[in-house]
Amino acid sequence: MELHELSLTQAVEMLGKGEVSSLELTQALLRRIEDTEPRVKAYLTLTAGAALEQAQAADQARAAGQAGPLCGVPAGLKDVLCTAGVRTTCGSKILQNFVPPFDAFLVNKLKQAGMVLLGKHNMDEFAMGSSTENSGFEASHNPWDLAAIPGGSSGGTAASVAAGSSIFSVGTDTGGSIRQPASHCGVVGLKPTYGRVSRFGLVAFASSLDQAGPITRSVADAALVLSVIAGHDPDDSTSDPRPVPDYAASLQRGVKGLKLGVPKEFFVAGLDPEVEATVKAAMAELEGLGAELVPVSLPHTDYALPVYYIIAPAEASSNLARYDGVKYGMSVRAQGGGLMDMYLDTRSQGFGPEVIRRVMLGTYALSAGYYDAYYGKAGQVRTLIRCDFEAVFEKVDAIVGPVTPTPAFDIGQKVDDPLQMYLSDVFTLSTNLAGLPGMSIPAGFSTAGRPIGLQIIGPHFAEETLFAVGHAYQQATDHHLRRPPL
Amino acid sequence: MKISTSEVAHVAALARLRLSEEMSAKLTEQLNDILTAMDKLAELDTSGVPSTNHALELSGAMRPDQARESLDHERALANAPDSDGQSFIVPKVI
Repeated sequence: MELHELSLTQAVEMLGKGEVSSLELTQALLRRIEDTEPRVKAYLTLTAGAALEQAQAADQARAAGQAGPLCGVPAGLKDVLCTAGVRTTCGSKILQNFVPPFDAFLVNKLKQAGMVLLGKHNMDEFAMGSSTENSGFEASHNPWDLAAIPGGSSGGTAASVAAGSSIFSVGTDTGGSIRQPASHCGVVGLKPTYGRVSRFGLVAFASSLDQAGPITRSVADAALVLSVIAGHDPDDSTSDPRPVPDYAASLQRGVKGLKLGVPKEFFVAGLDPEVEATVKAAMAELEGLGAELVPVSLPHTDYALPVYYIIAPAEASSNLARYDGVKYGMSVRAQGGGLMDMYLDTRSQGFGPEVIRRVMLGTYALSAGYYDAYYGKAGQVRTLIRCDFEAVFEKVDAIVGPVTPTPAFDIGQKVDDPLQMYLSDVFTLSTNLAGLPGMSIPAGFSTAGRPIGLQIIGPHFAEETLFAVGHAYQQATDHHLRRPPL
Repeated sequence: MKISTSEVAHVAALARLRLSEEMSAKLTEQLNDILTAMDKLAELDTSGVPSTNHALELSGAMRPDQARESLDHERALANAPDSDGQSFIVPKVI
Protein backbone atom coordinates (compact mmCIF):
# COMPACT_ATOMS: atom_id res chain seq x y z
CA MET A 1 0.00 0.00 0.00
CA GLU A 2 1.31 3.45 -0.89
CA LEU A 3 1.39 6.17 1.75
CA HIS A 4 -1.37 8.24 0.13
CA GLU A 5 -3.71 5.25 0.39
CA LEU A 6 -3.53 5.05 4.17
CA SER A 7 -6.63 5.58 6.23
CA LEU A 8 -6.35 8.12 9.05
CA THR A 9 -6.16 5.44 11.74
CA GLN A 10 -3.42 3.62 9.78
CA ALA A 11 -1.48 6.86 9.32
CA VAL A 12 -1.76 7.72 13.03
CA GLU A 13 -0.56 4.23 13.96
CA MET A 14 2.42 4.35 11.60
CA LEU A 15 3.40 7.83 12.76
CA GLY A 16 3.12 6.69 16.36
CA LYS A 17 5.36 3.69 15.78
CA GLY A 18 7.89 5.77 13.88
CA GLU A 19 7.35 3.72 10.70
CA VAL A 20 6.90 6.93 8.76
CA SER A 21 7.61 10.57 9.55
CA SER A 22 5.14 13.38 9.00
CA LEU A 23 7.57 14.91 6.53
CA GLU A 24 7.63 11.69 4.45
CA LEU A 25 3.86 11.37 4.61
CA THR A 26 3.30 15.02 3.68
CA GLN A 27 5.73 14.77 0.77
CA ALA A 28 3.88 11.67 -0.46
CA LEU A 29 0.56 13.51 -0.31
CA LEU A 30 2.00 16.52 -2.14
CA ARG A 31 3.27 14.19 -4.89
CA ARG A 32 -0.19 12.63 -5.09
CA ILE A 33 -1.75 16.09 -5.36
CA GLU A 34 0.62 16.99 -8.18
CA ASP A 35 -0.33 13.78 -9.98
CA THR A 36 -4.12 13.90 -9.54
CA GLU A 37 -5.05 17.58 -9.41
CA PRO A 38 -4.94 18.20 -13.17
CA ARG A 39 -7.70 15.57 -13.47
CA VAL A 40 -9.67 15.81 -10.20
CA LYS A 41 -9.42 19.54 -9.37
CA ALA A 42 -10.21 18.99 -5.71
CA TYR A 43 -8.21 21.96 -4.38
CA LEU A 44 -8.69 25.70 -4.76
CA THR A 45 -5.62 26.66 -2.71
CA LEU A 46 -2.47 24.67 -1.94
CA THR A 47 -0.19 25.48 0.99
CA ALA A 48 2.67 23.11 0.19
CA GLY A 49 5.48 25.18 1.72
CA ALA A 50 3.65 25.77 4.99
CA ALA A 51 2.61 22.10 5.07
CA LEU A 52 6.22 20.93 4.92
CA GLU A 53 7.14 23.32 7.74
CA GLN A 54 4.18 22.07 9.82
CA ALA A 55 5.23 18.46 9.12
CA GLN A 56 8.75 19.12 10.38
CA ALA A 57 7.33 20.80 13.47
CA ALA A 58 5.02 17.81 14.01
CA ASP A 59 7.96 15.41 13.82
CA GLN A 60 9.82 17.51 16.39
CA ALA A 61 6.75 17.64 18.65
CA ARG A 62 6.40 13.86 18.46
CA ALA A 63 10.09 13.38 19.25
CA ALA A 64 9.57 15.62 22.29
CA GLY A 65 6.62 13.50 23.45
CA GLN A 66 4.03 16.17 22.62
CA ALA A 67 1.98 14.44 19.93
CA GLY A 68 -1.72 15.26 19.68
CA PRO A 69 -4.18 12.72 18.26
CA LEU A 70 -3.66 13.92 14.67
CA CYS A 71 0.00 14.85 15.02
CA GLY A 72 1.62 15.06 11.60
CA VAL A 73 -1.38 13.92 9.53
CA PRO A 74 -1.67 15.91 6.26
CA ALA A 75 -5.17 16.96 5.20
CA GLY A 76 -7.06 19.62 3.29
CA LEU A 77 -10.22 21.38 4.45
CA LYS A 78 -13.35 22.55 2.67
CA ASP A 79 -12.88 26.17 1.66
CA VAL A 80 -15.87 27.28 3.72
CA LEU A 81 -13.81 27.03 6.94
CA CYS A 82 -11.82 30.12 7.93
CA THR A 83 -8.09 29.52 8.15
CA ALA A 84 -5.89 32.27 9.57
CA GLY A 85 -3.52 33.59 6.92
CA VAL A 86 -4.77 31.16 4.24
CA ARG A 87 -7.24 32.50 1.69
CA THR A 88 -10.80 31.27 2.20
CA THR A 89 -13.00 31.74 -0.86
CA CYS A 90 -16.09 29.68 -0.07
CA GLY A 91 -15.96 28.81 -3.77
CA SER A 92 -16.98 32.36 -4.66
CA LYS A 93 -15.35 35.08 -6.71
CA ILE A 94 -16.72 37.60 -4.23
CA LEU A 95 -14.29 36.17 -1.64
CA GLN A 96 -11.45 35.19 -3.95
CA ASN A 97 -8.91 37.36 -2.12
CA PHE A 98 -10.27 37.02 1.42
CA VAL A 99 -7.62 36.02 3.98
CA PRO A 100 -9.25 35.42 7.38
CA PRO A 101 -7.58 36.96 10.43
CA PHE A 102 -8.60 33.98 12.58
CA ASP A 103 -9.14 30.22 12.50
CA ALA A 104 -12.57 28.63 12.71
CA PHE A 105 -13.10 26.96 16.10
CA LEU A 106 -12.80 23.50 14.59
CA VAL A 107 -9.73 24.44 12.55
CA ASN A 108 -8.09 25.59 15.76
CA LYS A 109 -8.95 22.25 17.35
CA LEU A 110 -7.49 20.33 14.39
CA LYS A 111 -4.31 22.39 14.57
CA GLN A 112 -4.02 21.77 18.31
CA ALA A 113 -4.38 18.05 17.55
CA GLY A 114 -1.43 18.33 15.17
CA MET A 115 -2.99 18.30 11.69
CA VAL A 116 -0.82 19.46 8.77
CA LEU A 117 -2.84 21.71 6.42
CA LEU A 118 -2.30 20.89 2.73
CA GLY A 119 -4.78 23.41 1.35
CA LYS A 120 -8.44 24.22 0.81
CA HIS A 121 -10.93 22.11 -1.12
CA ASN A 122 -13.15 23.17 -3.99
CA MET A 123 -16.89 23.48 -3.34
CA ASP A 124 -20.15 24.82 -4.71
CA GLU A 125 -20.26 28.57 -4.17
CA PHE A 126 -21.37 29.31 -0.59
CA ALA A 127 -22.16 25.57 -0.30
CA MET A 128 -25.13 25.94 -2.66
CA GLY A 129 -25.24 22.93 -4.92
CA SER A 130 -25.13 19.18 -5.31
CA SER A 131 -22.40 18.72 -7.92
CA THR A 132 -19.59 21.28 -7.33
CA GLU A 133 -20.41 22.65 -10.79
CA ASN A 134 -21.50 25.84 -9.02
CA SER A 135 -17.95 26.57 -7.89
CA GLY A 136 -17.00 30.10 -8.87
CA PHE A 137 -13.68 28.76 -10.17
CA GLU A 138 -13.92 25.29 -11.74
CA ALA A 139 -15.83 22.02 -11.43
CA SER A 140 -14.30 19.10 -9.54
CA HIS A 141 -14.34 15.61 -11.01
CA ASN A 142 -15.24 12.26 -9.48
CA PRO A 143 -12.06 10.17 -9.01
CA TRP A 144 -14.00 6.98 -9.84
CA ASP A 145 -15.10 8.35 -13.20
CA LEU A 146 -13.76 11.71 -14.32
CA ALA A 147 -16.83 12.31 -16.49
CA ALA A 148 -19.03 12.26 -13.39
CA ILE A 149 -19.73 14.89 -10.75
CA PRO A 150 -18.25 14.22 -7.29
CA GLY A 151 -21.42 15.51 -5.62
CA GLY A 152 -21.71 18.72 -3.66
CA SER A 153 -21.33 21.02 -2.07
CA SER A 154 -18.34 19.31 -0.41
CA GLY A 155 -17.40 17.80 -3.78
CA GLY A 156 -13.74 18.76 -3.73
CA THR A 157 -13.46 17.51 -0.17
CA ALA A 158 -14.94 14.07 -0.91
CA ALA A 159 -13.06 13.78 -4.21
CA SER A 160 -9.77 14.56 -2.47
CA VAL A 161 -10.26 11.92 0.23
CA ALA A 162 -11.26 9.36 -2.43
CA ALA A 163 -8.33 10.28 -4.69
CA GLY A 164 -5.79 10.00 -1.90
CA SER A 165 -4.81 13.67 -2.02
CA SER A 166 -5.97 14.20 1.58
CA ILE A 167 -5.86 11.62 4.38
CA PHE A 168 -9.12 12.98 5.79
CA SER A 169 -11.06 16.23 5.62
CA VAL A 170 -13.87 18.25 7.14
CA GLY A 171 -16.83 19.42 5.09
CA THR A 172 -20.15 21.06 5.86
CA ASP A 173 -23.69 19.79 5.38
CA THR A 174 -26.71 22.10 5.07
CA GLY A 175 -29.02 19.72 3.20
CA GLY A 176 -26.77 16.75 2.45
CA SER A 177 -23.51 18.38 1.40
CA ILE A 178 -21.31 15.94 3.32
CA ARG A 179 -23.31 12.73 2.83
CA GLN A 180 -24.23 13.06 -0.86
CA PRO A 181 -20.65 13.68 -2.13
CA ALA A 182 -19.33 11.01 0.27
CA SER A 183 -21.82 8.58 -1.29
CA HIS A 184 -20.82 9.54 -4.83
CA CYS A 185 -17.09 9.27 -4.08
CA GLY A 186 -17.14 6.02 -2.06
CA VAL A 187 -15.99 7.50 1.25
CA VAL A 188 -17.52 8.04 4.70
CA GLY A 189 -19.31 11.32 5.43
CA LEU A 190 -20.82 12.26 8.78
CA LYS A 191 -23.15 15.17 9.47
CA PRO A 192 -23.18 15.40 13.27
CA THR A 193 -26.13 16.57 15.35
CA TYR A 194 -26.72 20.31 14.91
CA GLY A 195 -24.75 22.03 17.66
CA ARG A 196 -22.30 19.15 18.21
CA VAL A 197 -19.54 21.00 16.28
CA SER A 198 -19.12 24.76 16.54
CA ARG A 199 -20.05 26.85 13.50
CA PHE A 200 -17.78 29.72 14.55
CA GLY A 201 -15.56 30.57 11.58
CA LEU A 202 -17.70 28.60 9.15
CA VAL A 203 -18.86 30.95 6.37
CA ALA A 204 -22.62 30.96 6.91
CA PHE A 205 -25.14 29.70 4.34
CA ALA A 206 -28.27 28.73 6.32
CA SER A 207 -27.51 29.13 10.01
CA SER A 208 -30.24 26.85 11.41
CA LEU A 209 -29.13 23.99 9.15
CA ASP A 210 -25.34 24.25 8.58
CA GLN A 211 -23.21 21.69 10.38
CA ALA A 212 -19.56 20.70 9.90
CA GLY A 213 -18.40 17.08 9.99
CA PRO A 214 -15.72 14.65 8.84
CA ILE A 215 -15.21 13.06 5.43
CA THR A 216 -12.93 10.06 5.78
CA ARG A 217 -12.01 6.64 4.38
CA SER A 218 -13.48 4.62 7.25
CA VAL A 219 -16.00 4.93 10.06
CA ALA A 220 -13.19 4.59 12.60
CA ASP A 221 -11.50 7.59 10.96
CA ALA A 222 -14.72 9.60 11.24
CA ALA A 223 -14.98 8.77 14.95
CA LEU A 224 -11.43 10.00 15.51
CA VAL A 225 -11.98 13.29 13.66
CA LEU A 226 -15.29 13.97 15.42
CA SER A 227 -13.68 13.36 18.81
CA VAL A 228 -11.26 16.18 17.94
CA ILE A 229 -13.66 18.77 16.48
CA ALA A 230 -16.75 18.23 18.68
CA GLY A 231 -17.38 20.20 21.83
CA HIS A 232 -18.80 23.38 23.26
CA ASP A 233 -17.70 26.76 21.94
CA PRO A 234 -18.76 29.86 23.88
CA ASP A 235 -18.38 31.89 20.67
CA ASP A 236 -21.25 29.96 19.02
CA SER A 237 -24.54 30.45 20.82
CA THR A 238 -25.96 27.34 19.10
CA SER A 239 -23.08 25.13 20.23
CA ASP A 240 -24.24 22.41 22.62
CA PRO A 241 -22.54 22.20 26.03
CA ARG A 242 -22.84 18.46 26.71
CA PRO A 243 -19.54 16.55 27.00
CA VAL A 244 -18.03 14.69 24.04
CA PRO A 245 -18.41 10.91 24.45
CA ASP A 246 -15.70 8.33 23.81
CA TYR A 247 -16.49 7.75 20.14
CA ALA A 248 -13.67 5.20 19.69
CA ALA A 249 -15.31 2.95 22.31
CA SER A 250 -18.62 3.03 20.43
CA LEU A 251 -16.99 1.33 17.42
CA GLN A 252 -16.91 -1.99 19.22
CA ARG A 253 -20.57 -2.01 20.22
CA GLY A 254 -21.76 -4.01 17.20
CA VAL A 255 -25.33 -4.15 15.91
CA LYS A 256 -26.73 -7.14 17.79
CA GLY A 257 -30.07 -6.17 19.28
CA LEU A 258 -30.24 -2.81 17.51
CA LYS A 259 -33.51 -1.94 15.79
CA LEU A 260 -32.99 -0.22 12.43
CA GLY A 261 -35.98 1.55 10.90
CA VAL A 262 -36.56 1.31 7.14
CA PRO A 263 -38.80 4.21 6.01
CA LYS A 264 -41.14 3.20 3.22
CA GLU A 265 -40.95 6.77 1.86
CA PHE A 266 -37.25 6.24 1.02
CA PHE A 267 -38.05 3.40 -1.42
CA VAL A 268 -40.35 4.99 -3.96
CA ALA A 269 -40.51 5.82 -7.67
CA GLY A 270 -37.45 7.76 -8.77
CA LEU A 271 -35.04 5.62 -6.79
CA ASP A 272 -32.51 4.12 -9.20
CA PRO A 273 -32.86 0.28 -9.25
CA GLU A 274 -29.12 -0.20 -8.70
CA VAL A 275 -29.19 2.12 -5.70
CA GLU A 276 -32.22 0.29 -4.30
CA ALA A 277 -30.61 -3.14 -4.76
CA THR A 278 -27.31 -2.02 -3.22
CA VAL A 279 -28.94 -0.38 -0.21
CA LYS A 280 -31.22 -3.39 0.39
CA ALA A 281 -28.20 -5.71 0.20
CA ALA A 282 -26.42 -3.55 2.79
CA MET A 283 -29.47 -3.66 5.06
CA ALA A 284 -29.59 -7.44 4.69
CA GLU A 285 -25.91 -7.56 5.69
CA LEU A 286 -26.71 -5.60 8.85
CA GLU A 287 -29.60 -7.96 9.56
CA GLY A 288 -27.20 -10.87 9.19
CA LEU A 289 -24.93 -9.23 11.75
CA GLY A 290 -27.75 -9.21 14.29
CA ALA A 291 -29.71 -6.01 13.71
CA GLU A 292 -33.49 -6.09 13.42
CA LEU A 293 -34.97 -4.27 10.42
CA VAL A 294 -38.25 -2.55 11.29
CA PRO A 295 -40.57 -1.00 8.64
CA VAL A 296 -41.35 2.60 9.63
CA SER A 297 -42.98 5.65 8.08
CA LEU A 298 -41.88 9.28 7.81
CA PRO A 299 -45.12 10.59 6.31
CA HIS A 300 -43.95 14.15 5.65
CA THR A 301 -40.84 13.16 3.68
CA ASP A 302 -42.33 14.53 0.44
CA TYR A 303 -42.62 17.96 2.01
CA ALA A 304 -38.99 18.23 3.11
CA LEU A 305 -37.78 19.46 -0.27
CA PRO A 306 -40.11 22.49 -0.49
CA VAL A 307 -39.54 23.27 3.21
CA TYR A 308 -35.79 23.17 2.73
CA TYR A 309 -35.84 25.28 -0.43
CA ILE A 310 -37.77 27.99 1.38
CA ILE A 311 -35.89 28.01 4.69
CA ALA A 312 -32.35 27.64 3.34
CA PRO A 313 -32.60 30.41 0.72
CA ALA A 314 -34.39 32.68 3.21
CA GLU A 315 -31.54 32.32 5.70
CA ALA A 316 -29.01 32.64 2.86
CA SER A 317 -30.53 35.89 1.63
CA SER A 318 -30.01 37.30 5.12
CA ASN A 319 -26.51 35.85 5.65
CA LEU A 320 -25.25 36.93 2.26
CA ALA A 321 -26.36 40.53 2.80
CA ARG A 322 -22.93 41.06 4.41
CA TYR A 323 -21.26 40.93 0.98
CA ASP A 324 -21.60 44.59 0.15
CA GLY A 325 -18.14 45.54 -1.10
CA VAL A 326 -17.31 47.54 2.05
CA LYS A 327 -15.60 45.35 4.65
CA TYR A 328 -13.97 42.50 2.73
CA GLY A 329 -14.13 40.63 -0.53
CA MET A 330 -14.73 41.95 -4.04
CA SER A 331 -15.73 45.57 -4.40
CA VAL A 332 -16.80 47.02 -7.76
CA ARG A 333 -16.72 50.82 -7.71
CA ALA A 334 -17.55 52.42 -11.01
CA GLN A 335 -16.17 55.90 -11.77
CA GLY A 336 -18.74 58.40 -10.51
CA GLY A 337 -20.97 55.68 -9.07
CA GLY A 338 -22.56 55.98 -5.65
CA LEU A 339 -22.98 53.62 -2.72
CA MET A 340 -26.00 51.83 -4.22
CA ASP A 341 -24.14 51.27 -7.50
CA MET A 342 -21.31 49.70 -5.53
CA TYR A 343 -23.71 47.31 -3.78
CA LEU A 344 -25.48 46.34 -7.01
CA ASP A 345 -22.35 45.92 -9.12
CA THR A 346 -20.38 44.08 -6.45
CA ARG A 347 -23.09 41.54 -5.68
CA SER A 348 -24.20 41.02 -9.29
CA GLN A 349 -20.65 40.44 -10.53
CA GLY A 350 -19.43 38.59 -7.44
CA PHE A 351 -22.20 36.02 -7.03
CA GLY A 352 -22.73 33.15 -9.47
CA PRO A 353 -26.09 32.11 -10.98
CA GLU A 354 -27.10 29.59 -8.27
CA VAL A 355 -26.37 32.01 -5.45
CA ILE A 356 -28.32 34.75 -7.20
CA ARG A 357 -31.22 32.33 -7.74
CA ARG A 358 -31.33 31.37 -4.05
CA VAL A 359 -30.90 34.91 -2.77
CA MET A 360 -33.80 35.94 -5.03
CA LEU A 361 -35.93 33.00 -3.82
CA GLY A 362 -35.15 33.75 -0.18
CA THR A 363 -35.76 37.47 -0.51
CA TYR A 364 -39.11 36.74 -2.17
CA ALA A 365 -40.12 34.24 0.54
CA LEU A 366 -39.35 36.78 3.26
CA SER A 367 -40.85 39.80 1.52
CA ALA A 368 -44.00 41.57 2.64
CA GLY A 369 -47.12 39.72 1.60
CA TYR A 370 -45.42 36.36 1.07
CA TYR A 371 -43.83 35.67 4.46
CA ASP A 372 -46.79 33.73 5.91
CA ALA A 373 -47.42 31.72 2.73
CA TYR A 374 -43.83 30.59 2.38
CA TYR A 375 -41.45 31.04 5.33
CA GLY A 376 -44.13 30.83 8.03
CA LYS A 377 -45.71 27.73 6.47
CA ALA A 378 -42.30 26.08 5.95
CA GLY A 379 -41.46 26.55 9.63
CA GLN A 380 -44.71 24.80 10.62
CA VAL A 381 -44.11 21.86 8.26
CA ARG A 382 -40.57 21.65 9.62
CA THR A 383 -42.20 20.90 12.98
CA LEU A 384 -44.22 18.05 11.41
CA ILE A 385 -41.05 16.58 9.88
CA ARG A 386 -39.24 16.79 13.23
CA CYS A 387 -42.20 15.09 14.95
CA ASP A 388 -42.13 12.26 12.36
CA PHE A 389 -38.56 11.44 13.37
CA GLU A 390 -39.32 11.72 17.09
CA ALA A 391 -42.15 9.20 16.70
CA VAL A 392 -39.96 6.77 14.75
CA PHE A 393 -37.09 7.02 17.24
CA GLU A 394 -39.43 5.88 20.00
CA LYS A 395 -39.47 2.53 18.18
CA VAL A 396 -36.00 2.17 16.62
CA ASP A 397 -32.37 3.02 17.41
CA ALA A 398 -31.52 4.35 13.95
CA ILE A 399 -32.88 4.64 10.41
CA VAL A 400 -31.22 3.14 7.33
CA GLY A 401 -31.83 3.91 3.66
CA PRO A 402 -30.36 5.44 0.51
CA VAL A 403 -28.32 8.66 0.59
CA THR A 404 -29.33 9.97 -2.80
CA PRO A 405 -31.64 8.61 -5.52
CA THR A 406 -28.98 7.88 -8.17
CA PRO A 407 -25.27 7.18 -8.52
CA ALA A 408 -23.16 10.19 -9.53
CA PHE A 409 -24.49 11.71 -12.75
CA ASP A 410 -22.45 13.16 -15.61
CA ILE A 411 -20.98 16.64 -15.40
CA GLY A 412 -23.35 19.06 -17.14
CA GLN A 413 -26.33 16.68 -17.06
CA LYS A 414 -28.51 18.70 -14.65
CA VAL A 415 -26.82 22.06 -14.64
CA ASP A 416 -29.71 23.89 -16.39
CA ASP A 417 -32.48 22.27 -14.36
CA PRO A 418 -32.33 23.47 -10.74
CA LEU A 419 -35.36 21.46 -9.62
CA GLN A 420 -33.83 18.20 -10.87
CA MET A 421 -30.57 19.09 -9.18
CA TYR A 422 -32.37 19.83 -5.89
CA LEU A 423 -33.87 16.30 -5.97
CA SER A 424 -30.37 14.92 -5.33
CA ASP A 425 -30.88 15.89 -1.69
CA VAL A 426 -34.36 14.43 -1.26
CA PHE A 427 -33.24 11.76 1.29
CA THR A 428 -30.74 13.90 3.19
CA LEU A 429 -32.24 17.30 3.84
CA SER A 430 -34.96 16.23 6.29
CA THR A 431 -32.22 15.33 8.81
CA ASN A 432 -30.90 18.90 8.62
CA LEU A 433 -34.41 20.27 9.14
CA ALA A 434 -34.70 18.10 12.28
CA GLY A 435 -31.07 18.69 13.40
CA LEU A 436 -30.29 14.96 13.41
CA PRO A 437 -26.98 13.19 12.78
CA GLY A 438 -26.64 11.26 9.52
CA MET A 439 -23.82 9.28 7.99
CA SER A 440 -23.08 7.90 4.53
CA ILE A 441 -20.90 4.81 4.21
CA PRO A 442 -19.77 3.04 1.02
CA ALA A 443 -22.13 0.14 0.25
CA GLY A 444 -21.26 -0.89 -3.29
CA PHE A 445 -20.95 0.21 -6.89
CA SER A 446 -23.18 0.62 -9.94
CA THR A 447 -22.47 -1.47 -13.04
CA ALA A 448 -20.73 1.62 -14.42
CA GLY A 449 -18.36 1.52 -11.43
CA ARG A 450 -19.75 4.57 -9.62
CA PRO A 451 -20.01 4.28 -5.80
CA ILE A 452 -23.30 3.96 -3.93
CA GLY A 453 -23.70 4.82 -0.25
CA LEU A 454 -25.89 3.65 2.62
CA GLN A 455 -27.31 6.34 4.90
CA ILE A 456 -27.67 5.83 8.67
CA ILE A 457 -29.67 8.43 10.61
CA GLY A 458 -29.91 8.61 14.39
CA PRO A 459 -31.67 10.59 17.10
CA HIS A 460 -30.06 13.78 18.39
CA PHE A 461 -26.54 13.13 19.74
CA ALA A 462 -26.64 9.44 18.73
CA GLU A 463 -23.39 9.59 16.75
CA GLU A 464 -22.18 6.61 18.80
CA THR A 465 -24.98 4.46 17.36
CA LEU A 466 -24.07 5.53 13.82
CA PHE A 467 -20.44 4.62 14.44
CA ALA A 468 -21.43 1.24 15.90
CA VAL A 469 -23.60 0.38 12.89
CA GLY A 470 -21.17 1.73 10.31
CA HIS A 471 -18.10 0.10 11.82
CA ALA A 472 -19.81 -3.28 12.17
CA TYR A 473 -20.75 -3.07 8.48
CA GLN A 474 -17.19 -2.14 7.47
CA GLN A 475 -15.75 -5.02 9.51
CA ALA A 476 -17.92 -7.38 7.44
CA THR A 477 -17.47 -5.79 3.99
CA ASP A 478 -14.68 -4.28 1.88
CA HIS A 479 -16.38 -1.54 -0.19
CA HIS A 480 -14.53 1.14 1.81
CA LEU A 481 -11.16 -0.50 1.09
CA ARG A 482 -11.42 -0.08 -2.69
CA ARG A 483 -9.58 2.84 -4.27
CA PRO A 484 -10.37 4.55 -7.59
CA PRO A 485 -8.14 3.61 -10.55
CA LEU A 486 -6.59 7.04 -10.96
CA MET B 1 -47.80 32.66 -12.90
CA LYS B 2 -46.51 32.89 -9.32
CA ILE B 3 -44.08 35.73 -9.89
CA SER B 4 -44.04 38.30 -12.68
CA THR B 5 -41.07 39.97 -14.33
CA SER B 6 -41.86 43.20 -12.52
CA GLU B 7 -41.92 41.37 -9.17
CA VAL B 8 -38.57 39.81 -10.03
CA ALA B 9 -37.24 43.31 -10.62
CA HIS B 10 -38.66 44.44 -7.26
CA VAL B 11 -37.13 41.46 -5.42
CA ALA B 12 -33.78 42.06 -7.16
CA ALA B 13 -33.84 45.63 -5.89
CA LEU B 14 -34.55 44.42 -2.35
CA ALA B 15 -31.67 41.93 -2.63
CA ARG B 16 -29.33 44.59 -4.05
CA LEU B 17 -28.84 42.70 -7.30
CA ARG B 18 -28.65 44.14 -10.81
CA LEU B 19 -30.13 41.75 -13.38
CA SER B 20 -29.76 41.86 -17.15
CA GLU B 21 -32.93 41.54 -19.21
CA GLU B 22 -31.94 38.02 -20.25
CA MET B 23 -31.16 36.98 -16.68
CA SER B 24 -34.39 38.48 -15.41
CA ALA B 25 -36.43 36.49 -17.95
CA LYS B 26 -34.60 33.24 -17.12
CA LEU B 27 -34.98 33.81 -13.37
CA THR B 28 -38.68 34.57 -13.73
CA GLU B 29 -39.18 31.21 -15.43
CA GLN B 30 -37.03 29.26 -12.97
CA LEU B 31 -38.50 30.92 -9.86
CA ASN B 32 -41.99 30.15 -11.16
CA ASP B 33 -41.09 26.48 -11.54
CA ILE B 34 -39.61 26.38 -8.04
CA LEU B 35 -42.49 28.29 -6.43
CA THR B 36 -45.00 25.99 -8.13
CA ALA B 37 -43.20 23.02 -6.57
CA MET B 38 -43.44 24.81 -3.20
CA ASP B 39 -47.23 24.81 -3.53
CA LYS B 40 -47.14 21.24 -2.26
CA LEU B 41 -47.02 22.71 1.24
CA ALA B 42 -50.53 24.09 0.78
CA GLU B 43 -51.83 20.49 0.88
CA LEU B 44 -51.15 20.39 4.61
CA ASP B 45 -53.38 21.89 7.28
CA THR B 46 -50.90 23.42 9.70
CA SER B 47 -53.29 25.49 11.76
CA GLY B 48 -52.19 25.35 15.37
CA VAL B 49 -48.77 23.84 14.51
CA PRO B 50 -45.95 25.86 16.04
CA SER B 51 -43.04 26.85 13.83
CA THR B 52 -39.62 25.26 14.25
CA ASN B 53 -36.94 27.89 13.92
CA HIS B 54 -34.29 25.86 15.71
CA ALA B 55 -34.18 22.07 15.76
CA LEU B 56 -32.79 21.85 19.31
CA GLU B 57 -33.52 23.68 22.52
CA LEU B 58 -30.85 26.31 23.08
CA SER B 59 -29.13 26.14 26.42
CA GLY B 60 -26.50 28.47 27.79
CA ALA B 61 -26.75 30.79 24.81
CA MET B 62 -25.46 33.71 26.86
CA ARG B 63 -21.78 33.87 27.68
CA PRO B 64 -20.29 35.74 30.66
CA ASP B 65 -20.31 39.51 30.29
CA GLN B 66 -16.56 39.88 30.30
CA ALA B 67 -14.34 42.13 28.22
CA ARG B 68 -12.15 40.12 25.86
CA GLU B 69 -9.52 40.87 23.30
CA SER B 70 -11.00 41.72 19.92
CA LEU B 71 -9.58 42.23 16.44
CA ASP B 72 -7.29 45.24 16.27
CA HIS B 73 -7.78 47.89 13.59
CA GLU B 74 -5.04 46.54 11.39
CA ARG B 75 -6.43 43.01 11.22
CA ALA B 76 -10.05 44.17 11.00
CA LEU B 77 -9.23 46.38 8.01
CA ALA B 78 -6.76 44.00 6.36
CA ASN B 79 -9.31 42.69 3.86
CA ALA B 80 -11.08 46.00 3.27
CA PRO B 81 -11.21 47.12 -0.37
CA ASP B 82 -10.48 50.68 0.81
CA SER B 83 -9.61 52.13 4.21
CA ASP B 84 -7.67 54.95 5.85
CA GLY B 85 -6.19 52.82 8.61
CA GLN B 86 -9.04 53.75 10.99
CA SER B 87 -12.25 53.32 8.98
CA PHE B 88 -13.69 51.64 5.91
CA ILE B 89 -14.00 54.03 2.98
CA VAL B 90 -17.11 53.91 0.78
CA PRO B 91 -18.27 56.05 -2.16
CA LYS B 92 -19.55 59.48 -1.18
CA VAL B 93 -23.27 59.46 -0.30
CA ILE B 94 -23.91 63.14 0.24
